[in-house]
Amino acid sequence: MSGPDRYQWRRDKDGLGVWEHRGKVAVAGVGHSPVDRRWDGVSMDKTLGAYSILACQKAMDDAGVTPDQIDGVICCDSHIAGGSGGSASQWAPRPYFPPPYDSEWGLTLVNAKWLIEQMHLPNVKFAPTGVPTISEMVGMAAQAVGDGVCSTCLVIYPTGNLEGRYRRGGENADDYARGARQWTAPWGNHGGNDFINIFPHGQYCRKYGGKHDDLAPFVVNQHRNGLLTPWGYNATHNVPQLTVEDYVNSRYILNPLRLWDCDRPVNASAAYLFTTAERARDMRQKPVYVLNHSQHNFRKRSTQEDLDEIEDWTDRAARRMYEGAGLGPAEVDIFNPYDGYAPMAQFFLEGFQWHGVKRGDAFAFYAGDIRVEGPHPFCSSGGNLGNGRTRTAMYTDCIEQLRGTAGARQVKVRAETALGAFTTPSSGGWIMFGKHPS
Amino acid sequence: MPKLIPVPDALSKPFWDAVNQRRLVLQHCAACNRLQYPPQQACQVCNSAASLTWKEVEGRGHIAASIVIEDGRLNRRMPDQPYNLAMVTLDADQRVNFYSNLPGTPPYKVPVGAAVEVMFEEVAPGQLIHEWRVVA
Repeated sequence: MSGPDRYQWRRDKDGLGVWEHRGKVAVAGVGHSPVDRRWDGVSMDKTLGAYSILACQKAMDDAGVTPDQIDGVICCDSHIAGGSGGSASQWAPRPYFPPPYDSEWGLTLVNAKWLIEQMHLPNVKFAPTGVPTISEMVGMAAQAVGDGVCSTCLVIYPTGNLEGRYRRGGENADDYARGARQWTAPWGNHGGNDFINIFPHGQYCRKYGGKHDDLAPFVVNQHRNGLLTPWGYNATHNVPQLTVEDYVNSRYILNPLRLWDCDRPVNASAAYLFTTAERARDMRQKPVYVLNHSQHNFRKRSTQEDLDEIEDWTDRAARRMYEGAGLGPAEVDIFNPYDGYAPMAQFFLEGFQWHGVKRGDAFAFYAGDIRVEGPHPFCSSGGNLGNGRTRTAMYTDCIEQLRGTAGARQVKVRAETALGAFTTPSSGGWIMFGKHPS
Repeated sequence: MPKLIPVPDALSKPFWDAVNQRRLVLQHCAACNRLQYPPQQACQVCNSAASLTWKEVEGRGHIAASIVIEDGRLNRRMPDQPYNLAMVTLDADQRVNFYSNLPGTPPYKVPVGAAVEVMFEEVAPGQLIHEWRVVA
């Protein structure tokens, strides 16, 4: 049942050329659980495991696939808060429940083995362990289907959140800084994507002009797009539309990083069904083809990434993706980079030169019309900022825009190609989708 | 300031031993003639382990960027909030950078671009860390 853990699936080098499976793999199903702020510790139909099963069922229903047809399951089995999750991401030492919730599996962690057992999937032959996050899982699935390792593959990304302060436990509660943290934590860097980007963001503002609060139009628009996303946290919890005034008056976290530059941790799960383009054509939905996937893992030179490195890395990631997809910036219709901390999206926007935006132009671009009904529908998903820290809105929006099923978020411009990611500038991956296989 | 206490390991022990003697000693790759910090098993550029030696450097740098931590996640640092967290580049090799709380510089008053010099601060009995202060 387990797949090859050492399967070489990544496209993480420069100059790999056009992806050999371009247009031969497709996404045929999408499923989202409800998005809750936290699991309440009581409702067994709302656990991370229950929500992952629900997301899988929805993705399978969306595609019209039955359990016996699933032969691949790729599930991320780590806490999104990492080693600092503390009580918000680990159930123990609280007492467990009757099976299948008699351990962390299903409560705060989900993996392929647990899902296969609970969902009674009889024909799974590819279920790798130790899989990375959604940024790379979608690439792994696309490559596995293209290579014939499996043909009908579920990709599941659970994001758990329990009661308690997020990232206020584990190593962040320690008096000692061990391992790589000996170089960062003594001075106050608790680790995370916020720190990766806030210093280069400051350098960006000084180099190109502008100020931190020039992010306001972007953040406000992310919340607007989130409210147009029926399954997202904001839309399902009556979160009022954020205003520029709200934004510029919000408290600081890592000054100048504001509260509204941060995404809201949630308890949710999402699933996608990858299959061959050929099979997808017989399934329930219009196929959305995979035109390329790429990954990157750039090493910083020293303690803190600087603007030069971030710009170099995003330039290189863009070149890899465009080369493998056989497309250029002008041919990308939908662009959903990661926004899990607002002062990061500008690096991707400019690196990928979407809608002609060059280095230093992002703030002016944000001040223009980036609404979904406008000419530059940037981040039409609403991302994490508009939907909660699901890290999946970017992928779902790409798929829905190409299907033409994005509802109130459906863009008015051409929607035939879509580029999405959950990635930091230093590590992660991108995936390019197409309405057509070539 | 109750800073977290670094725990030296086999790779970092020479660095922290030097810090505890109030010296700033970084890895140097003889093949590339580059400094490297934090220490690694091999040179990040040429991947040579044999070319790496420890070299004492002059503790002078400049502030490249700075933030103020108002709502951090480190329990031990909560009483210090708000406090500066600056990125300091080393004059001897600007590709090398360090974090600093800039002792003596009030929060929100960081002169980005200013010159700094290394200093050492005790975070636990017998354990110093390297810090940086603005040069008057």
